[in-house]
Amino acid sequence: MTRPANPLAGLGALVWLAVVLVPVYVMLSVSLTRQDEALGANALRPPRHPTLANYGTVLDNGFGHFLANTVLVAAVVVGIVLVLCVPLAYVAVRTRGFWSGAAFRLFLLGVAVPAQAVVVPLYLMITKLHLYDSLLAVALPTAAFAMPVSVLVLTGTLRDVPEELYEAMALDGASPARMLFRLVVPLARGGIGTVVVYASLQAWNGFLFPLIFTQSEDSRVLTLGLFTYVSQFGVDIPALLASVVLSGVPVFAVYLVARRTLVGGLMGAGGK
Amino acid sequence: MRPARGAGRPHPSWALPAVLFFGLFALVPMVLAFGLSFTTWNGLGEPRPAGLANWHALLTDGRLTRSLTVTVALTAVSCAFQTTTALLLGVWAAGPQRNRAVLSAVFFVPFLLSSTAVSLLFYALLDPNFGIVPGDTLGTTSGAFLALVFVGGWQFIPFHTLIYQGGARQIPEVLYQAAAIDGAGRLRRFRSITLPQLRNTAATSGVLMVVGSLTYFETVLILTQGGPGTDTAILPYLMYESGFKAYDFGYASAIATFLVVAATALSLLLVRVTGFGAMRSTREGM
Repeated sequence: MTRPANPLAGLGALVWLAVVLVPVYVMLSVSLTRQDEALGANALRPPRHPTLANYGTVLDNGFGHFLANTVLVAAVVVGIVLVLCVPLAYVAVRTRGFWSGAAFRLFLLGVAVPAQAVVVPLYLMITKLHLYDSLLAVALPTAAFAMPVSVLVLTGTLRDVPEELYEAMALDGASPARMLFRLVVPLARGGIGTVVVYASLQAWNGFLFPLIFTQSEDSRVLTLGLFTYVSQFGVDIPALLASVVLSGVPVFAVYLVARRTLVGGLMGAGGK
Repeated sequence: MRPARGAGRPHPSWALPAVLFFGLFALVPMVLAFGLSFTTWNGLGEPRPAGLANWHALLTDGRLTRSLTVTVALTAVSCAFQTTTALLLGVWAAGPQRNRAVLSAVFFVPFLLSSTAVSLLFYALLDPNFGIVPGDTLGTTSGAFLALVFVGGWQFIPFHTLIYQGGARQIPEVLYQAAAIDGAGRLRRFRSITLPQLRNTAATSGVLMVVGSLTYFETVLILTQGGPGTDTAILPYLMYESGFKAYDFGYASAIATFLVVAATALSLLLVRVTGFGAMRSTREGM
């Protein structure tokens, strides 16, 4: 690389570093502060008597259970999205008929439709299907709303599979299903990885569907758990911030291990 | 694209399960929302026909206009803030600095928290009795508005930075070398090479920002509850409040229908601007 470094841009990057780090620092430091010490104190000062008690409070209040629910929802969402979208993308790329084109365009149109737009009728449907207050009530619509972008990402990747490889397999008499599992899926690993990242983030972030379609603590996912901590902990801001820190730990762990996949996947989701 | 040849193509019906599933949980509800907008329904019992009452109310009571104004303003200011910052950071991060990789990793941290977690963090940081910002930021109209812009940016700038970083990496090095030979300064190179080359990246990122700003719902619900007054009640929040707080689901459905129409227009724009719809290999031209 011969591109010269830019000192002014470097300075800007440092400013942004502060913007990112100050809230993160306060979050960590206050989460380690005793509640009686935190009130009225300068939030920027490091804790005098660091304590893990706030984390204990959060863990004692269902955190593990909420996290497990979120992981379960994410797994179901990723499963549904892959099982449904890979064949669709395969059809969209490999056939040229009216129906496959129409199916693809349907998902294109769905890209921008926000979940908020359908939450009232979905509430009616979920109630009629007797799914209200279950994890499925969260997972099914979340999967549906993760599908448009997943279809775009997958068709983008599948188009890169060279025609010659299909032809070679066709000469060997391979069925479309065999091509899907032996050729398309292995070669589309990148796109599939992107979709896994994207769909799990949707489930991880999901707030509206859990808020409206669940009620009891049994089916509460993590985002909603955090939200209920606000009223539960009241002015106990150290405990609240400890819950925020804890909620970031799982993704941060994944990020440290799979930084390349995660970042690459998100770049893909951004639609290059 | 070569003409279709040879056997071994999947039957179009393979697409059917996806279409049916998406139809059931996304398309049927959209149609239902339109239907429900002509009813009165309090969430219990059955919806009752109400003719054009909800639509009449929506278009005349001024709430839609106010909410639309806030939504557009919030989207516009957020996009300006996020685009400027992400563009500069992304171009910087695509450069050769030695500390770049470490800093880029740190910059990414806010994106790892869910919107709910980020909103709660700033709920604590902006608390008048506790926080690091003096005064009751969320109690004033401009304070609440700017807080939403900042919190949204804090969370999503990492994502857009990533997109710009990817875009800036694709700019051919020879362009810069040629410009350097011609004696073009740093600013000139940025303006005449970097910016024009990032046009498509900016379009993609921009449209995703506009679409994403509709998901500010959590942030609004947790930070401002649409307040002070209704000054930060963006459309999705107005829908939520009318439906799930005031139990006026007919009115909420009318807003939802309005949202669907706006979003469909947006997604048509998305398809046009980014070329998502074009059936072409992403490897072309590489």
